[in-house]
Amino acid sequence: MSVLVIAEHNNLNLKIFTLNAIFAASQIDTNIHVLVAGNKSENVAKEVAAVPLVKKVLHSESTNYENYLAENITPLIVKLAENYTHIIASANTFGKNFMPRVAALLDISQVSDIIKISSPDTFLRPIYAGNAFATVKSNDKKKCITIRPTSFDSAPTSGGSAQIEKINSVNIPNISKFIKREETKSERPELGTARVVISGGRGMQSGDNFKLINAIADKLNAAVGASRAAVDAGYISNDHQVGQTGKVVVPDLYIAVGISGAIQHLAGMKESKIIVAINKDGEAPIFSIADYGLEADLFKALPEFLAELNKLNTIQN
Amino acid sequence: MKILVAVKRVIDYNVQIRVKEDGTGVHTDNVKMSNNPPDDNAVEEAVKLKESGKAKEVIAITVGEEKAQDTVRKALAVGADRGIHVKADNYIEPLGVAKILKKVIEKEKPDIVFMGKQAIDDDCNQTGQMLSSLLGWAQGTFASKIEVKDKSIQVTREVDEGLETIEINLPAIVTCDLRLNEPRYASLPNIMKAKKKPIEQLIAKDLGVDISNRIQQLKVEEPPKRKGGVKVATVAELVSKLKNEAKVI
Ligand SMILES: Cc1cc2nc3c(=O)[nH]c(=O)nc-3n(C[C@H](O)[C@H](O)[C@H](O)COP(=O)(O)OP(=O)(O)OC[C@H]3O[C@@H](n4cnc5c(N)ncnc54)[C@H](O)[C@@H]3O)c2cc1C
Ligand SMILES: Nc1ncnc2c1ncn2[C@@H]1O[C@H](COP(=O)(O)O)[C@@H](O)[C@H]1O
Repeated sequence: MSVLVIAEHNNLNLKIFTLNAIFAASQIDTNIHVLVAGNKSENVAKEVAAVPLVKKVLHSESTNYENYLAENITPLIVKLAENYTHIIASANTFGKNFMPRVAALLDISQVSDIIKISSPDTFLRPIYAGNAFATVKSNDKKKCITIRPTSFDSAPTSGGSAQIEKINSVNIPNISKFIKREETKSERPELGTARVVISGGRGMQSGDNFKLINAIADKLNAAVGASRAAVDAGYISNDHQVGQTGKVVVPDLYIAVGISGAIQHLAGMKESKIIVAINKDGEAPIFSIADYGLEADLFKALPEFLAELNKLNTIQN
Repeated sequence: MKILVAVKRVIDYNVQIRVKEDGTGVHTDNVKMSNNPPDDNAVEEAVKLKESGKAKEVIAITVGEEKAQDTVRKALAVGADRGIHVKADNYIEPLGVAKILKKVIEKEKPDIVFMGKQAIDDDCNQTGQMLSSLLGWAQGTFASKIEVKDKSIQVTREVDEGLETIEINLPAIVTCDLRLNEPRYASLPNIMKAKKKPIEQLIAKDLGVDISNRIQQLKVEEPPKRKGGVKVATVAELVSKLKNEAKVI
């Protein structure tokens, strides 16, 4: 067996969920190769080569790969596929975009968003927004798999020295064009990997009121999340959304403020180690899964919370 | 311009899912079924294009059991012109659905296919991408805004980093996010009118495509339950518990 992991990066640096995909791959076989397809992405190839679990880096450079358009990278992966039994990427918007394209051309039924590997062909995956877990066995000769990054450890990043092999680029269909990317820049930790997440919902009432959340996030070095309702209302941008159709987070501490706890929201955060809910409605479903529930008006509770945190002398990291 | 919209019948998103004791799946008897939510956005976007004069015809298609026709009826009630029901007695995986849709597309030759970004039952997030790949078409996935031009569509996509804009050649597949638009409700007169709109029925296994399932569902179980916690009376108590008991701050 041999596994091909598709690296996610921005041509300068590796994106960390690739490390979770590599770790997942290591539970299938030790013969792990990683494809870095990009433009001027030497540094990424070097970063991947330093990951001890990686046996070989396949590095393919082309301006066509610069923006990871699914139509452009699919032919390259399909061409490489014959050498591998498993092709793996993370189940984030990167992996979800191209993996089904690859799978369809290889006539493979993709296994999406797995949270556990039982054997090289048997996996556990949540269905119905995480309200049921399905154990599935793939009977295809080859497997195309996306893994839920928060369900797998991160592969160590240093000490390895895998060979970097140059791979020729492959013709592209020329049917799609990248125009622009609007990234939300933030000094705070990333939502997907933060140790602490504080999220606001419709109860926040406005985008401006998120400053109450932001102040606590700064204090706790937390990432800021949101419910779909808060994003839909325009309080905060889409990349903050937690849930079935947003991001999945598994922090040590998740603080839900003014969020009712719809199953679609729970799907993205209920694996968190400690859950705190602040809600003025004592019957809100979020309380049924919260370790600590505070029935209170958030406009009173959040400033108090900040004041209490300021009293603690601990250094947060 | 001709538009095809793929709609799937799923357990309504408000239903509390119950896993069967024997591990074979989830309870569906007497459970409310609805159109997969983002598929409503897909229909809405297609109907809007028709209303703006850009599109001439909107066809709604579903693959599924007899009852799945309801989803097509619903699309017809909000403005689709005609429907196609590909009848299949058992669950077909996204790859099989994509192959069926491809077959129909080769006959109908639409310029755009709108689909949901994800079905809320299997949570696969695959079918649109697979279809697009099998057809050799471009894809605009997780679309929260689109602008249809003569030979292309500009698609704003919701990605982990924020938003991304791409331009894709027609014909193309667009998979819709819930934020793409606000789906309308069907009025009673339109529901009545929709009953007269034609729905063509095809039989999945007669289409000459391989729809065999490759993934065996060995077991479906309840996820581990979280123990309910405690209520705290004050913010000070909360902070003290987080620090001394949970030790997370
Ligand atoms: C297909 C589909 C996918 C979805 N995906 C997602 C997803 O990924 N993520 C997601 O979050 N949702 C998702 N949703 C939406 C989900 O169903 C809920 O509508 C949404 O999570 C509700 O957000 P909310 O809790 O912020 O708002 P509400 O349900 O309106 O709750 C607001 C809460 O704030 C409380 N509140 C109000 N004022 C105050 C105050 N002053 N102080 C304290 N508390 C206050 C209220 O008591 C209430 O509990 C999805 C829905 C569908 C159909
Ligand atoms: N049986 C089906 N019939 C019609 N459309 C479907 C079917 N299955 C999936 N789709 C479409 O594909 C989208 C994504 O589904 P999935 O890949 O299962 O998450 C859905 O939102 C539908 O638009």
